Amino acid sequence: MIPNDIRITPELVAEHGLKPDEYQRILDLIGREPTLTELGIFSAMWNEHCSYKSSKKWLRTLPTTGPRVICGPGENAGVVDIGDGQAIIFKMESHNHPSYIEPHQGAATGVGGILRDVFTMGARPIAALNALRFGEPDHPRTRHIVSGVVAGIGGYGNSFGVPTVGGEVNFDPSYNGNCLVNAFAAGLADADKIFYSEAKGVGLPIVYLGSKTGRDGIHGATMASAEFGEDSEEKRPTVQIGDPFSEKLLLEACLELMASGAVIAIQDMGAAGLTCSAVEMGAKGDLGVELDLDKVPCREEGMTAYEMMLSESQERMLMVLDPAREKDAEAIFVKWGLDFAIIGKTTDDLRFRIRQHGEVMADLPIKELGDQAPEYDRPFVKTAKPAPLAPADVPAPNDIGEALTKMLGLPDMCSRRWVWEQYDHLIQGNTAIGPGGDAAVVRIGEGPKGLAFTLDVTPRYCAADPQEGGKQAVAECWRNLTAVGAEPLAITDNLNFGNPEKPEIMGQFVGCIEGIGEACRALDFPVVSGNVSLYNETNGKGILPTPAIGAVGLLPDIAVRTTIAFKAAGEAIILVGETKGHLGQSIFMRDIAGKPDTSAPPPVDLAVERRNGDFIRTEIRSRNLTAVHDLSDGGAFVGVAEMAMAGGIGAVLKPDTALPLHVWGFAEDQARYLVTLPENAATAFLDRAAKAGVPAARIGATGGTELTLDGAKPISLKAIKDVHEGWLPAYMAAGAEL
Amino acid sequence: MSIKSGVVVFPGSNRERDMLSALEKITGKKPAYIWHADTELPDLDLVVLCGGFSYGDYLRTGAIAARGHIMPAVAKAADKGVRILGICNGFQILCEAGLLPGVLMRNAGLKFVCKEVKLEVANADTDFTRKYKRGEVWRCPVAHGDGNYFADAETLKRLEGEGRVGLRYAEGTNPNGSQNDIAGILNERGNVFGMMPHPENMIEPLNGATDGRALFESIVEAVA
Repeated sequence: MIPNDIRITPELVAEHGLKPDEYQRILDLIGREPTLTELGIFSAMWNEHCSYKSSKKWLRTLPTTGPRVICGPGENAGVVDIGDGQAIIFKMESHNHPSYIEPHQGAATGVGGILRDVFTMGARPIAALNALRFGEPDHPRTRHIVSGVVAGIGGYGNSFGVPTVGGEVNFDPSYNGNCLVNAFAAGLADADKIFYSEAKGVGLPIVYLGSKTGRDGIHGATMASAEFGEDSEEKRPTVQIGDPFSEKLLLEACLELMASGAVIAIQDMGAAGLTCSAVEMGAKGDLGVELDLDKVPCREEGMTAYEMMLSESQERMLMVLDPAREKDAEAIFVKWGLDFAIIGKTTDDLRFRIRQHGEVMADLPIKELGDQAPEYDRPFVKTAKPAPLAPADVPAPNDIGEALTKMLGLPDMCSRRWVWEQYDHLIQGNTAIGPGGDAAVVRIGEGPKGLAFTLDVTPRYCAADPQEGGKQAVAECWRNLTAVGAEPLAITDNLNFGNPEKPEIMGQFVGCIEGIGEACRALDFPVVSGNVSLYNETNGKGILPTPAIGAVGLLPDIAVRTTIAFKAAGEAIILVGETKGHLGQSIFMRDIAGKPDTSAPPPVDLAVERRNGDFIRTEIRSRNLTAVHDLSDGGAFVGVAEMAMAGGIGAVLKPDTALPLHVWGFAEDQARYLVTLPENAATAFLDRAAKAGVPAARIGATGGTELTLDGAKPISLKAIKDVHEGWLPAYMAAGAEL
Repeated sequence: MSIKSGVVVFPGSNRERDMLSALEKITGKKPAYIWHADTELPDLDLVVLCGGFSYGDYLRTGAIAARGHIMPAVAKAADKGVRILGICNGFQILCEAGLLPGVLMRNAGLKFVCKEVKLEVANADTDFTRKYKRGEVWRCPVAHGDGNYFADAETLKRLEGEGRVGLRYAEGTNPNGSQNDIAGILNERGNVFGMMPHPENMIEPLNGATDGRALFESIVEAVA
């Protein structure tokens, strides 16, 4: 063992993000002072990002199994059976901190990381989505971050060759100093050819694949486990640089190698690079790992063991190989122009041993590095339950049409076309429903099956009532999938919160998890993968609690799908679900009434959600409906306007309601859908709804080039479309002139 | 009726699967997968350079691939009259290889753009457009960052004068600032065609329209 030429001082320990008691734990574990390399390894494995030390206790409460679940959380991504011997592999992961420091590369490598998670398991990526949250539009950094993040996501996904088919974009002051970039990817594999990270067999070669190791991204995971202060700019060197070209080669080489049968275990190098991947493979397989760093392909000369173990250079993989197939495997990587190096072997002594220049640089117990990371039961204070808002307390706007027009042009409500036109959403030729609908739909191979994808969460609901907000995020995803005709299968969660050491933040976290768990159980919608991002704070101010949910659904026949666009004039518009007039935490209250709103978000009745959704899905599959749109932000008026704009056909609304028109039209009650169908089929539909115990009412008809809201002054479709499509391009263009 | 086609795959090509699948669906015959490191082509009626980011587009788009091992064989095939089709990155490679005139510059909007555009058939008397009518406008997606066609005035004049502009962006949908709304051009002999849009992503109802089929059917008919 090399002696330390750098003294391990309390300051150095703190710089590694380790608390004094955590350092003491290291001393107790290894019975001596760690080397600097070892300290770095501990810091990489025990930080929040890699160890989930604050969240583990609560994540265990989530339902993770189901008849279709092949592999739940704990691997690179979740695996769900979709029949016919096929599986869908998916996960969502945050790249928040790096994207704030360096938006383009931060977002690009977020996409790269999640794609790698998926193809590491043997899947070819077929869809990418992303949930983005930016600061308020007027904040001086916001434009720069939007433009960099969108270009970074597009630049990576477009070059790699995966269609980016959907996502979310929100603006809120709480993200001013801490944007959120949550990247989702899904891939298709044969259900009996899934690859896992658990190493098997002693004395087998450990192979390094992909790009070379450089000095980028050192301590990235540790950086992502701390709050930002004024010095966030100085953290730029911790951000990695993405190379989608190498990733595409790595994808093809890995899939080819996997098909050859030479791969025993495989793990991508993501957060904490070589350290994390090697420890995970060994610890999962109850094996030791020995690495010789002299064999690691490096981009620069003179890299220390410390740097090599903590580098987060991208587009790298670690693999345990069948020794008999070494030559074949190498030939495949040489063909694709990628590095291939045997850098170590599995052992039976459960030690993680690192050598460089013949010296032992680290010698640690491998199980303890992973499994025995500290785990905290952090104190929490639950958010007090707010009172509901009485509809009578909400005055009507002067002009409902004007209010709706304004709403359609709000930063949070306007068209995201400016964003998704920068993403190749058509590559692979299977995109049936691209961005802009309730859920994206992608054909599986040559069909007839299809998969639906959506991301959702309403952070303002989560802030007001974490538990209802958590439930709502899951329920809305379930509804999105239902609205295109898909059977909801499973979710991945990306839990973005502030500093968990603050009891009220921890309370938000606990509340959201409870809500998510409740909804998943009630809807048979298990969590199969996920990621936790804490410490999303700048100068002590946390973000809105943002547990983003990514969800996947299955269409048995892709020809039987629905979109939001009105299809023909003269069709009946029917609202399915009950409208009680819930305006608390609505877009109307926040942006039109402009009143501080401390009331409760709309409650989510999961039994009703299920009943209404199952009815809608049955109707879609019987080919009874011509358009379907689930309702969320902005309520029924926004829903109708979106359907009208998508179809280029207007509507006349005449709802039969005791509520004031603005309350009815802007309420955000849950479990609701708008559907259209030929006028002569409306009565039979309403009868079927009544039989199923589902509230449904005809609220108007399609037709014309205007939107007429029950007697109010008609508004032209063109006018609202201009407003809806106009805000984001105008906002971004204004920045370019500055 | 079926033709022998093949798709050249460079490191970083990424629409090779789209193209292989489209060719198989339309010609009824499995196309050959041609590896960039090979130096000879099989006996083919149609060679396609597909879309993607060959070599990451880290130099000028198409510049490295244009100097790839397979390219002398592609040039030789072009000389022999074999139809060569370059889509998107393939068009960029053909320009860089000198098999087509002009260059594709960064989009005028400086952003990658993926959207549906309208294409007008500027010349229906070509091996790549004969199944369309002259002046016909069809729907087709684009997905590129560098599709802004540029050539010097004299070249442009020749292209226009010789009917070598096959396709033009129509109805104000030029997504990239290309001169004369040029979307696709031919070589002098008429057997090499390059275009930025992706007809291979517009061939079945799932794509929203089947307008791209006629381009491939044109080649099939021309070969037969």
